[in-house]
Amino acid sequence: MNNVILVNLPFIVVALLLAVGFYTIGFKRNLIKVVIGIEILEGAVNLFLIALGYVKGAYAPIYTMAPKEAVNNMVLPTPQALTLTSIVIGVAVSALMLAFAVNIYRHYGTLDVTKVRRLKG
Amino acid sequence: MIEHLPALMIAVPLFGAFIAPLLKKKGSAPAVWAVIITGVTLGMALLLVRQVLAQGMMVYVFGADKPTLVLPSGYRVPVRIIFEVDAIGAFMALSATLMSFIGALYSYSHVRNETGLEKYYALLLLLEVGILGMVLTGDLFNLFVFLEIAGIAGSALVGFRNYRGEASEAGIKYLIVSAVASLMVLFSIGLLYGQYGNLNIAYLSTQISFNTVDMIALGILFASFAMKCGSVPTHHWVPDAYTEVPSGINPTLLVATYASLYALFRVSFSLFGNITVNMSSLGWIMSILGVLTMFIGVTMALVQKDVKRLMSYHAISQTGYMLLGVGVGLAVLNDPAKLAAFGRDAMAGGIFHIINHIIYKSLLLMTAGALFYVTGTRNLNEMGGLARKMPYTTIAFIVGAAAISGIPPFNGFASKFLIYETSYQLSPIFAVFAMVTSVLTLASFVKVFASAFLGPPVKKYEEVREVPRSMVIAMLILAALCILFGLFPNVVLDKLVYPAVDALLKLGSYQTWGGLP
Repeated sequence: MNNVILVNLPFIVVALLLAVGFYTIGFKRNLIKVVIGIEILEGAVNLFLIALGYVKGAYAPIYTMAPKEAVNNMVLPTPQALTLTSIVIGVAVSALMLAFAVNIYRHYGTLDVTKVRRLKG
Repeated sequence: MIEHLPALMIAVPLFGAFIAPLLKKKGSAPAVWAVIITGVTLGMALLLVRQVLAQGMMVYVFGADKPTLVLPSGYRVPVRIIFEVDAIGAFMALSATLMSFIGALYSYSHVRNETGLEKYYALLLLLEVGILGMVLTGDLFNLFVFLEIAGIAGSALVGFRNYRGEASEAGIKYLIVSAVASLMVLFSIGLLYGQYGNLNIAYLSTQISFNTVDMIALGILFASFAMKCGSVPTHHWVPDAYTEVPSGINPTLLVATYASLYALFRVSFSLFGNITVNMSSLGWIMSILGVLTMFIGVTMALVQKDVKRLMSYHAISQTGYMLLGVGVGLAVLNDPAKLAAFGRDAMAGGIFHIINHIIYKSLLLMTAGALFYVTGTRNLNEMGGLARKMPYTTIAFIVGAAAISGIPPFNGFASKFLIYETSYQLSPIFAVFAMVTSVLTLASFVKVFASAFLGPPVKKYEEVREVPRSMVIAMLILAALCILFGLFPNVVLDKLVYPAVDALLKLGSYQTWGGLP
């Protein structure tokens, strides 16, 4: 029983982080907090990808200087490559969102999403 | 040369995007550069369409010894990034490049007085890269990367007029929606990868067994792409984004939205196409979403005072027609008799409506941009009597309004009629809603025409003249396309649309490439 929880711990954390992220996006009023919520979601998804690729006792997928016993016992490199790409994209997204937030603060004088509502109808 | 076309379609606009900022101090050089690059890409898209229609699907493998070599010796599963261009991908690529070209042409005059134009054109080209990548790729992770590229470039363009607070507001809305949607897409890609150990769509679709995890993945993918294509109930970002973006970007942004729609179709028909049970209910969900989308969109549009916002709500409502048409096809996918009787035609209506809608909605949003250019306001109540001052814009507006309302012989009629006929056979209520929506669309455009173009001339606008030539040319090209597509719908249907529909329907030919066992 205990072992099952330990093995699945990363996935439980992913589920928790997803819930926290969606809660933050949906219910927080400060724009910066909404951005942080998206960052939490991104962390959850990245953790999920990394946890998928992990194999107990396997070797990191670096082919040069790999020891003999690593042959046929390496983790797949794809999830790690996916995660690196996703992190890079995430940095771009969060930078752009924060830039928008700064610009919104300059024009509206507030970051409260319930007050940033000139567009309606 | 021809075999490298799928890669060049990405490489050329990407190259253009990185060169554009270097032309910062050269006056209108970035604009000319963008027109040249989008023109070259349009030419390549035409070649690509010709090649795909003549020779069948094109497969391009990045980094292989030969670009068509899918499986290196000793491998049982496809590795490397693979582009797969079938008829529907080529169709979307043609729409994207055509609209980017028109958008660049229109922008030449429309945003001339703004600053930071080199960034504007770089982002325009990046947006084109994102769309082309989404529609050409055959790889799920690549789809996510290009979805993000299109999302980032699109939202940066929405916030381009950063001296207006509203632009940043619309931009962050669009960015949050697209970031959440694409993160969820990545999550479900992770779910699929964890089970099947591959990212290639064609390979995955042969493997999928539809267990619980697959169902979750399908649900998340469906919801995320529906969110990104602006269907009800997550349509709230569409009017803000389309209103605030400069009118020259509107065509490209529309295609970016429909690239998500394309991804939705790809997921439903190709990735999960092997499953025979639940697709019919998915088709019903898609049709009902379509009907709701068209009806809610048009009723919201009726009460708007801002001319561009009104047209943006119509964009939501027209997305409903595409969802309805393709949804009807999906609902009868596993019933060969019904599929032959009306399902295939329904899908043709839906897909034909994509290109028709892109053309006339871009035209309408451009006329709205022209009104904004000369009057400096988008409020309908402050305009009036502009018909005599701006004859070309008026003609373009009339053509666009007639096309969107489905009046023959304009192009909207051709595709809407197919949708009415076929959705009636699935459920008469769908057809009734579709027709009512059309009538309401006409009503709201009569309102715009009466308040902006007719009526007594307003003193404030006595000095206004017709918009500059490049804007007029862009609008007239689109108006001519509206009339041409309406007069000869059979040509377009036979040459472009039915091959695209068959590409979606014939899953077998999508799966068998490169001698995969």
